[in-house]
Amino acid sequence: MYLQFISFWGGFWEALVNSRELFFEASQLTLALTAVSIFIAIFVGLFFALLKISNIRPLEWIANAYIYIVRGTPLIVQIFVFYYGLTNVWMISGFWSVSLGLAFHNGAYIAEIFRGSIQSIGKGQTEAGRSLGMSQALTMRRIILPQAFRRALPPLGNQFIIGLKDSSLAAFIGVSEIFAVATTQGANTFDYMTWLLVSAVYYLILVFLLTLVVSLIEKKMAVSGDE
Amino acid sequence: MAKQMIEVNKLNKYFGDNHVLKDIDFHVAESEVVVLIGASGSGKSTMLRCLNFLEMKNSGEIFIKGNEVNPKKDNVNEVRQKVGMVFQHFNLFPHKTVLGNVMEAPTQVKGLSKSQAKKEGKELLEKVGLAEKANDYPSRLSGGQKQRVAIARALAMKPEIMLFDEPTSALDPELVGEVLQTMKDLAKEGMTMVVVTHEMGFAREVADRVVYMHEGKIVETGAPKDIFENPKEERTQAFLSSIL
Repeated sequence: MYLQFISFWGGFWEALVNSRELFFEASQLTLALTAVSIFIAIFVGLFFALLKISNIRPLEWIANAYIYIVRGTPLIVQIFVFYYGLTNVWMISGFWSVSLGLAFHNGAYIAEIFRGSIQSIGKGQTEAGRSLGMSQALTMRRIILPQAFRRALPPLGNQFIIGLKDSSLAAFIGVSEIFAVATTQGANTFDYMTWLLVSAVYYLILVFLLTLVVSLIEKKMAVSGDE
Repeated sequence: MAKQMIEVNKLNKYFGDNHVLKDIDFHVAESEVVVLIGASGSGKSTMLRCLNFLEMKNSGEIFIKGNEVNPKKDNVNEVRQKVGMVFQHFNLFPHKTVLGNVMEAPTQVKGLSKSQAKKEGKELLEKVGLAEKANDYPSRLSGGQKQRVAIARALAMKPEIMLFDEPTSALDPELVGEVLQTMKDLAKEGMTMVVVTHEMGFAREVADRVVYMHEGKIVETGAPKDIFENPKEERTQAFLSSIL
């Protein structure tokens, strides 16, 4: 038992060190997938959050339908629909179809995060802006959203981490990100356990770095606190 | 007769089935200071909020500087630039500095240059005695200081009318004086003011006219001396004896 453990550990360590170039490259792809999809998802989320609070029924329905569909279907199905659906009509790489699929998916959760944080800003803030002659749009942009974004950061950070880990599903349509490289190595060596653990190490490191970045932004933005 | 800054005819307002303003007729002349008193729920805050369209009337007419304002057709944002408002809970922008709060509307709404807005903002902060707090965030201020910043912020738009909605009700007793002093200074400069307050001392000293409201109606209106020393209506007498 003990010897088995030692030999496994030795093999794992060797695999981790020797494969570093392969996984560095795969990590870059994972990071790119995450960054692109999150970036788009923030705008998608903000857009649908604004629809949801617009007080215009048809717009609310559109937003609700979108959120309902995203929450009600598996991410892997969404990614495949994007992949097959988009590549049918439009020459698009696997990377971009996964990025758009992830953005579509995360956008729904981010919409709910933004909606909650916008609604958590007191009505008095809107009234103060409006009473100064600011239009509704200007009040939203200058007064409400900056405060709402600050409040949204902790749950947003959480969603970013989920988004990073979900990017592993790109493996299923042949994007060579971390998980894809790990399963390929596993198949080549008949040693899945070692390579899955190697991939886990990379995910842990990336999530750690992402957490660090989010908490830095949180600190930088937490200038004043609330009234 | 002096120019009418605000004129309200037959104003009615409902919240659902609740009839909160009943056929209100009300007017304020230029440079006049009118204080609205009455028990909570009497409609005085609602009426004040109707004057800058934070609440929408159900019927009646509202004239600001002689022009009827119809919030469905007219640009309410332009009207509001002439009508400043100070709230019970200050409603300062917590993500902006004191000076940032004061500069926000002039730069964003009027398109004033940053340097000009800064200069004017500093003068206003000087006026309310808070020049040294210009770069602090609102969370570092006391309630009285916050309210004085809120007054400076409203004045930054150079309004011709100022509305005060219970500006001292959320303050610790020892901080009420500084806010009232700022308001007195403003009245002395000739600002047209409508003030909802429970500070009867302020009403007595500063108001040109006191309006007593009860259950959505104006019961009595007159000079502070008459209202406080010689109320004609029974309801006014009862209200005053309950609070004085």
